[in-house]
Amino acid sequence: MTITARPPAPRTTPRRRRVIRFTPRDIAVIGLLLGIPVVLDVALIWGPTLASVALSFTSWNGVTDIKPVGLDNYHNIVSNYPPFWPAVRHNLVWLLFLGVVATPLGLFFAVLLDKQIRFSRFYQTAIYLPVVLSLAVIGFIAQLLYSRDYGAVNAALGRTDNPIDWIGDPSINLWSVLVLVGWRHVGYVMLLYLAGLKAVDPSLKEAAAIDGANEAQTFFRVVFPALRPVNILILVITVIEALRAFDVVYAINRGRNGLELLSVLITDNIVGEASRIGFGSAIAVILLLISLIFIVTYLLQVFREDRA
Amino acid sequence: MTTTTQAPPVTVPTRQAGSRRRVRPARLVLHAFLICVAVGWLVPLLLAVYASLRPYAETAARGYFSLPHKLSFDYYVDAWQRGGQPRYFINTLLIAVPSVLLTLFFASFVAFLISRRRIRFGKFLLIAFTAGNLLPQQVLATPLYVMYSKIPLPWWMSWPSELLYDSYWGVIAIHVAFQTGFCVFVLTNYMDTVPQELVEASIVDGAGVWRQYWHVILPLVRPALGALGTLEFAWIYNDFFWAVILMSTGDKFPVTSALNNLRSVYFTDYNLLAAGSILVALPTLLVFFILQRQFISGLTLGSTKG
Repeated sequence: MTITARPPAPRTTPRRRRVIRFTPRDIAVIGLLLGIPVVLDVALIWGPTLASVALSFTSWNGVTDIKPVGLDNYHNIVSNYPPFWPAVRHNLVWLLFLGVVATPLGLFFAVLLDKQIRFSRFYQTAIYLPVVLSLAVIGFIAQLLYSRDYGAVNAALGRTDNPIDWIGDPSINLWSVLVLVGWRHVGYVMLLYLAGLKAVDPSLKEAAAIDGANEAQTFFRVVFPALRPVNILILVITVIEALRAFDVVYAINRGRNGLELLSVLITDNIVGEASRIGFGSAIAVILLLISLIFIVTYLLQVFREDRA
Repeated sequence: MTTTTQAPPVTVPTRQAGSRRRVRPARLVLHAFLICVAVGWLVPLLLAVYASLRPYAETAARGYFSLPHKLSFDYYVDAWQRGGQPRYFINTLLIAVPSVLLTLFFASFVAFLISRRRIRFGKFLLIAFTAGNLLPQQVLATPLYVMYSKIPLPWWMSWPSELLYDSYWGVIAIHVAFQTGFCVFVLTNYMDTVPQELVEASIVDGAGVWRQYWHVILPLVRPALGALGTLEFAWIYNDFFWAVILMSTGDKFPVTSALNNLRSVYFTDYNLLAAGSILVALPTLLVFFILQRQFISGLTLGSTKG
């Protein structure tokens, strides 16, 4: 997890000495103050996660008895639940857009702003301002910009006579939303990369320059590899953001009509009038499996490096 | 936070002979580009502010991209009074303040045990907390919803539902559980830089775990707590999902989730919505400008271990 290329040797602590015992009072304090967060984590995070997995093999509406149905839910989701595949596709497009467009753009801005230039503070502030906004607020701003009849985008494009319905047209609304989501993501990525770039040992760059590398070579061969910890973190953030995406589309139109996402389908199936808890859970498990792939990869990376 | 512990940079003579490294025209192009980007980035926000100051009839007739005839704060007054926003702001505070404080308290204690007391299974705990924070919320939403609606609370804790569902207790609990994961991760990394000898010295002096934590470690990690506190406040403030899932009484909603109330079923006055959105965004923007340093170091604390 440490930025690898940093001059000071990490302050290693002397090897553990297990002579220090806890007094009964210590144990009481630990029991209480470690106990509460652990209980909360188990009861509210991991317990429900496992329960989701269990419920996904059942049919339940929350009132009558729970009926085991084996893999029926999964079968139904894949074969006759029309919104499922569009939602998967939208989540994937979301992920690709953030990964291929927004993240590199954030890195690009970070590299530009990392140079010693004037007004850097102003540029940075402007670019990461959207990061502090809630996604729900961004959803409402989207309606303002993209409104078919009065929206600023149509006005700016001069399409007032033949307006484009940026939000209402299911073939383009995902992209309209993604532009704003990217707007926020770029700032976040830029911020993390700026911190990462500051931590890269400047002597690395100088060494590369002395060896005759040009700026692009220095960046791609020397600096970027040194940014590995940040790269991994940003990859995970990007993936998690894409899988968690919910607020924006929910604020815009409750995630219908071209804006379906897995998270929305889960929510629809549990809080809707016809609550299909088993079915919703099965979608949740699919989402869980996809996320776990990335979470596990990330944690392996982080904690393996920690050991080294 | 990395900078403080860093060794002074070795002063290598960088200006090599005769290389005028920075050519001015290139600089100008760079600035021109960055100005365009910065302005472009601000446009959506500025447009929202602009729209919120204009009456609906005017923007309906002329569009959002026109010169103003009448500018006023009417919509802000409207959102504030008719939309009942003061109450929602209070609701948000009732949720966010305890959540942030409890999260930081528990997370710092757990991080202390893992990092400076090296308790057994510390690594396992750390992984469990961190991974829990990375799960998509929707994965746990269903059972949580069911569980919450089966746990009774006395009427003075949860009115009118008398359940954990639709109560602040429940929303605070899930925020604490969720955010503790992130904070434990960050604070463990941070505390790894605190000299172990300090803790050992206090143990020799006969200090118990509580004293070691409260009097030795906590004062040293105050910058990290400040940064995380700022960030967590913004995150919990901005949260939309948990209240929507775990609450039903509209009057008790936090302000971000209540924004939807400004939209009526038949007709949406987008200018009013813009004013409401800006009012909602205002506290985070203020916090951001006042505590910018804390906010940024909070975000980057997790990425670059100090």
